[in-house]
Amino acid sequence: MSSLKNISIALVGNPNSGKSTLFNALTGLSQKTGNYAGVTVDKHYGSYTTNLYKATVTDLPGTYSLFPKSIDEKVACQALISQDEKIDVAVIVTDASNLKRHLLLATQIIDLKIPCVLVLNMIDEAEKNHISIYHQDLSKLLDVSVISVNSRTKQGIDELKAQILEAKISHTIFYQFEKLQSSFPNINNYFEVISAQLADTITDKKAIEDFELTDNLQRFSKINYIIAKCVKQPEQLKKSISQTLDAFFTHKVFGFVFFLFILAIIFQFIFYIAEYPMTWIEEGFVWMMNSVSNALPAGKLNDLIVNGILAGISGIAVFIPQIALLFFFIAILEDTGYMARASFILDKIMRRFGLNGKSVIPMISSVACAVPSIMSTRTIMNQKDRLITILVTPLVSCSARLPVYTLLISMMFVGKSTKGFFNYQGLVLMGMYLLGFMSALLAALVFKYVLKAKEKSYFIMELPVYRKPQWQTVMMLVFDKVKVFLFDAGKIILAISIVLWFLTSHGSTQFEEVQQKEILALNQETNDSIKQALQVDFNAQKLETSYAGMLGQKIEPIIKPLGFDWKIGIALITSFAAREVFVGTMATIYSVGDTDNTTTLREKLMSEKNYQTQQPVYSWAVCWSLMLFYVFAMQCMSTLATTYRETKHWKWPFIQFAFMSGLAYFSSLLVYNILS
Amino acid sequence: MQTLDTLKIGQKAIIKSFTDSFLSLKLVEMGCLPGETVKLTNIAPLGDPLAIEIASYQLSLRKQEASTVVIDKTEEE
Repeated sequence: MSSLKNISIALVGNPNSGKSTLFNALTGLSQKTGNYAGVTVDKHYGSYTTNLYKATVTDLPGTYSLFPKSIDEKVACQALISQDEKIDVAVIVTDASNLKRHLLLATQIIDLKIPCVLVLNMIDEAEKNHISIYHQDLSKLLDVSVISVNSRTKQGIDELKAQILEAKISHTIFYQFEKLQSSFPNINNYFEVISAQLADTITDKKAIEDFELTDNLQRFSKINYIIAKCVKQPEQLKKSISQTLDAFFTHKVFGFVFFLFILAIIFQFIFYIAEYPMTWIEEGFVWMMNSVSNALPAGKLNDLIVNGILAGISGIAVFIPQIALLFFFIAILEDTGYMARASFILDKIMRRFGLNGKSVIPMISSVACAVPSIMSTRTIMNQKDRLITILVTPLVSCSARLPVYTLLISMMFVGKSTKGFFNYQGLVLMGMYLLGFMSALLAALVFKYVLKAKEKSYFIMELPVYRKPQWQTVMMLVFDKVKVFLFDAGKIILAISIVLWFLTSHGSTQFEEVQQKEILALNQETNDSIKQALQVDFNAQKLETSYAGMLGQKIEPIIKPLGFDWKIGIALITSFAAREVFVGTMATIYSVGDTDNTTTLREKLMSEKNYQTQQPVYSWAVCWSLMLFYVFAMQCMSTLATTYRETKHWKWPFIQFAFMSGLAYFSSLLVYNILS
Repeated sequence: MQTLDTLKIGQKAIIKSFTDSFLSLKLVEMGCLPGETVKLTNIAPLGDPLAIEIASYQLSLRKQEASTVVIDKTEEE
């Protein structure tokens, strides 16, 4: 076998040009996701092989022109002119039904003088709308090969692959050389203007804006001529299905009702349905941990593998069902064109809080878990709006807080359950969720004024035609998101889990003494039930003397003003792994063997007296203080790891941690002092 | 001076010019060219943003952004 020629291809086109579907049709399952250096834009690439050549295909982010207005667009433009990773062929993807606007970018790319071919994508829909395009004329005027493609049925894909090999540089020029020369005397061609503009080497911004505007206007007058020559379309488009659907989806009553209905479905799936696979994953890992623990000789290594690494991986894998389900729905909403309508009807409300119509789904999904929610903010195009959504979303009470709320509420209202129609427990629980939502919105409002935007904000957005979802595109996105989470955020989560494992399973000399006593005592005892009771007791002592325990005692002076003692301090530290760990840690500290039985734990907690004042530790004031702490505090390493992964900067998870913890501390302080 | 945000649903107009230079760059690349016909197709339930039909596709923009587009109303419908 002789080695085939290697061709590097970039797919470039406007958003909604069906680029991803074409990318899937070309590369199938060979896709990979990487990063563009320094930005939060994901790089999608894949490959295919024909008898004649081997191709590496990059699916560039969608852009409307080579004068980028957002970070995603800038990445696409930079990739086209990059000298380090030179592109051999640019495949310009256009929507055949909407050729005029799509030709703007196409003619700009032609002016770069890189080999290219033009794809008339979604040709089936153009035909359905009685639009005919004369290929030969278009190809002659542009001086590039023109291929009609239906990415869904793969019609035209083979011809495209053949034409890519033949791609050449067009001789047609669309830009005004005289205008260029008079604006920028040192620049000789269009490629250089675009490069200089992207590299920010032109200091006269006004000159660039002026050039962009006049150049684009000139371009469109040429495009109008081309359209008149090559495209035949009916004078008056009949009232399309899209318009009928719009009347429903953006209706002042049904529009919101339908949106709430969609939210309810998503909520059901990620809150209730996801529970089943999550339990299977957890049970699977418990089984695996038991097997490994029994198979390996007892000791430190065994403990590290089972309780450090496997437990950490289990904590990562358990997120898969929620991430997969949320992205399954989001992909469908995006792919069908509904997401743009949801933004359209919600924009006015969300704008007030510095958010965006597209922030609603991440915020609601956060009731299940902040991790998939933060990942789903990718659909928000404006960088500042997206960042604010990421920062405030974890304030919405997630499902991991529920066991903590339940335990605390049950302690606060023992014996005072039902009073008429409402019961206190239910009301307080609802109050906590409302508090979470309200604080997220208010925090967004604050960030709106504090954060500076890198790009100017606008809401000029295409409302794409409604389409049937493309299952392959949907599944690819789901698969991609799960993979990105497992390997990017997962690494950080695993590292922190191992640190937490170390802190709870190691300690100073005192810890080792306890450990030795434990071994002795357990070896001497033969009665199984006494043995179990002893084990529970030793577990409590070990946790107290471990590094985590020492840390909990160290922070007591800091948390004392909130009404917390060092035992709560330990639980605050361990629940950094996941908030619900709080309940398990309390059970260990208070030597409650059966962690499933919260009644025993509750009774134990309620009879607890402060070792200095002899007053009950879990007073009304402490319970409220602790509950508010859990509403606000950032106690979730998985969320912080995901924020890092989605912002590509440690600054943001740090700010998130600091503002949420600060908020938690001061509200607990306030409530404790008012109530006690 | 009439601007795009004053159109009623179903009303058509011809774009004349822009009053904001940054927004004009974005609007032009989205196909809103002077001389082009626009039609207001929809207003969001809360009165903002607007949806217009331009160059045979639908574009949504905020009222404030529409107010930077100077138009000439055509007498139709």
